[in-house]
Amino acid sequence: MAHLSEAAVVKINEICDRYANEKTPLIMILSDIQKEYGYIPLEVQEIVSERTGISVAEIYGVVTFYSFFSLKPNGKYVIGCCLGTACYVKGAQQIVDKFSEILGIKPGETTDDGLFTIDALRCIGACAIAPAVTINGKVYPHVEVSQVAGIIDEYKAKEAAEA
Amino acid sequence: MIRTPEELYARAAVCKEILDSKFNGSDGKIYLMICGGGGCVASGALKLEEECNRLIEEKGLSEKVAVRKVGCFGLCSQGPFIRVFPKDVLYRLVKQEDIKEIIEKDVIGGEIVERLLYVDPKTGEKIAKQDQIPFYKKQKKIALHGCGVINPESFDEALGCGAYQGLANALKMTPQEVVISVLESGLRGRGGGGFLTGRKWQFAYNQDSKEKYVVCNGDEGDPGAFMDRSILEDNPLSVIEGMTIAGYAIGASEGYFYVRAEYPTAVKRLRHAIEMAEAQGLLGDDILGSGFSFRAHIRLGAGAFVCGEETALLHSIQGLRGMPRPRPPFPAVRGLWDKPTIVNNVETLATVPYILRNGVEEFTKYGTTGSKGTKVFALGGKVNNVGLVEVPMGTTLRELVYDIGGGIPGGKKFKAIQTGGPSGGCITADELDVSIDFDNLVALGSMMGSGGAIVMDEDNCMVDVAKFYMEFICDESCGKCSPCRIGTKRMLEILTKITEGEATMKDLEELETIGNACQTNSLCSLGQSAANPVISTLASFYDEYLAHIQDKKCPAHVCKNLTVYSIIADKCKRCSLCAKKCPVGAISGIVGKTNFVIDPEVCVRCGLCIASCKFGAITKEQ
Repeated sequence: MAHLSEAAVVKINEICDRYANEKTPLIMILSDIQKEYGYIPLEVQEIVSERTGISVAEIYGVVTFYSFFSLKPNGKYVIGCCLGTACYVKGAQQIVDKFSEILGIKPGETTDDGLFTIDALRCIGACAIAPAVTINGKVYPHVEVSQVAGIIDEYKAKEAAEA
Repeated sequence: MIRTPEELYARAAVCKEILDSKFNGSDGKIYLMICGGGGCVASGALKLEEECNRLIEEKGLSEKVAVRKVGCFGLCSQGPFIRVFPKDVLYRLVKQEDIKEIIEKDVIGGEIVERLLYVDPKTGEKIAKQDQIPFYKKQKKIALHGCGVINPESFDEALGCGAYQGLANALKMTPQEVVISVLESGLRGRGGGGFLTGRKWQFAYNQDSKEKYVVCNGDEGDPGAFMDRSILEDNPLSVIEGMTIAGYAIGASEGYFYVRAEYPTAVKRLRHAIEMAEAQGLLGDDILGSGFSFRAHIRLGAGAFVCGEETALLHSIQGLRGMPRPRPPFPAVRGLWDKPTIVNNVETLATVPYILRNGVEEFTKYGTTGSKGTKVFALGGKVNNVGLVEVPMGTTLRELVYDIGGGIPGGKKFKAIQTGGPSGGCITADELDVSIDFDNLVALGSMMGSGGAIVMDEDNCMVDVAKFYMEFICDESCGKCSPCRIGTKRMLEILTKITEGEATMKDLEELETIGNACQTNSLCSLGQSAANPVISTLASFYDEYLAHIQDKKCPAHVCKNLTVYSIIADKCKRCSLCAKKCPVGAISGIVGKTNFVIDPEVCVRCGLCIASCKFGAITKEQ
């Protein structure tokens, strides 16, 4: 627990207390932590365990079961490629492959500079604009393989401008 | 606060008049109705709303013209939309710069903006009224009642559209009478299995327990299905009302909505709707003076497909890993926290108020002998009209694909329609005249499922599609039972071998054996149906499997290892565009002098050259 700041410990305890009246609050607690910090490392699970009395083994089991929870932090920009059936039959796999090729990472991985994570999404229900890609909530409709490099450059340029 | 049924009826009558005036012009105003569905918002509907408001203000029309954002219109591929009332004109594919013309020409000038009207792809005819468009003609809205008509965040508009009349009627009946009504309506679960809803309720009703629960399954995980999301976003009160009726019928005083975390708008609107219902006294103690009390809570999923299975879902609500358990005991006997629980899908619960409001006969008027009412489908893939449709059971698949869906784009040939998601199967062109109901689809080796309907054309490889679903299931298998955990992995390996041209006929036999074992031995319906996409494509598209295995060819030119790109010498204009686009330098030639050629050893089959060639000179044919 050494490298968790005191403020973070307070915050996590506060999140646990939000659901003190619920019968089975674990997933709600973890969802809030995931939302707040972007990931749920073991140190955090230990704090949740102490506060709620649920064993670390059980918490770890739940964290690793659901795809929404992650043990490692995500990149600054999460490239969500929809791989729902409607997107897939319209060539979504090639879009994911292209992002992977250019960034040198597989879906679920993050680039070394911490900038990009590729996330293969199941279905975002935007089947009319297939294949669809979302990056931090911004939706790119009808994406073509030839646009992928440009989309990545857009975010790299944004980073360069901010730096 | 609405305390009695009489108060409800009185207020509903006022609300109805106000809502009607927004359509028939009785208040002397013009309304610009904007579709706020997910597809339209992604293509810029919110900008349209801003622009409309800005121009109305600028032109001093605020007294006479109002903007209304409502739920999804359904015809997503033609969005964003603006519908002008009372004239009832639908403008589609509207861009921000079109608003000025709509306001100046139509709203002020009274003239229709012809170029923004829907064009029937078959006849070329321009259609101004939404109801006249073939996509809408064959539909009947029961579960989607109010969707695309009301503002989902307005209680009064929902009330004006009939909300809570069903509950008011139910509360005048005994709980057993309500269960019998639902049983007599023949309503079957819209989430996949098609179990009789009334029978499920009866089981829970029969249980002698002080504590019972109603759970709404909003964990819509099938890729390509978004009907539940739409209902929750566009008319959440209808689902809450359905849940409350269910609670009264079985004797539960608490309900849980389990909704995918991937649907933030749905969650937000549902939460808002629960607050509205609480504020009106329609959730809480002594609802409408009946003595019946009911409360609703929301639980978010955390990204696990298997949680759509009811026992896994209940485990997830209880904060555990979402793993299924053997049934019996069924949840109606032992469910949430070991208490009697019914789990109903969003669409099922949204249908219940209609039955109680309009009567059983009004509902059973639609549908077939074994499947009553309507079904919502998310029509997607290679079809002109992508969107959300609700059709009476008994509609044929051909009507769905060709009349409502408007056929296949680009003059391509229809190959199959996939229903039931990863648990379903592919239905071929020969079977298109079969009418849609639960039992017919099962007989065709597919299933209704939650209502995803993905159309595939000649460019889709059915082995690749089977592999796609197997990848999904393999990834989502919870790992509890070995037939599913190991079986899906082995099947995926064999399918990968086939698509890479490495498989033998022995692999194909093995695939069938494992598929059957997985089907008969898995613990839950996820594993039991995991092999369906394989079994159904093997049955209908065996020759495609053979082509991959024996001829080492992919007839649809999808599987990369089995596809060779080449340049047709006669068509090559020696422009070098393809060579410039090629990311791996596989294409060589001299501009203006020699034909360009692709080196198959270097080519990574990315398809960029085909996309770049303006002369159609590059082919995947061997």
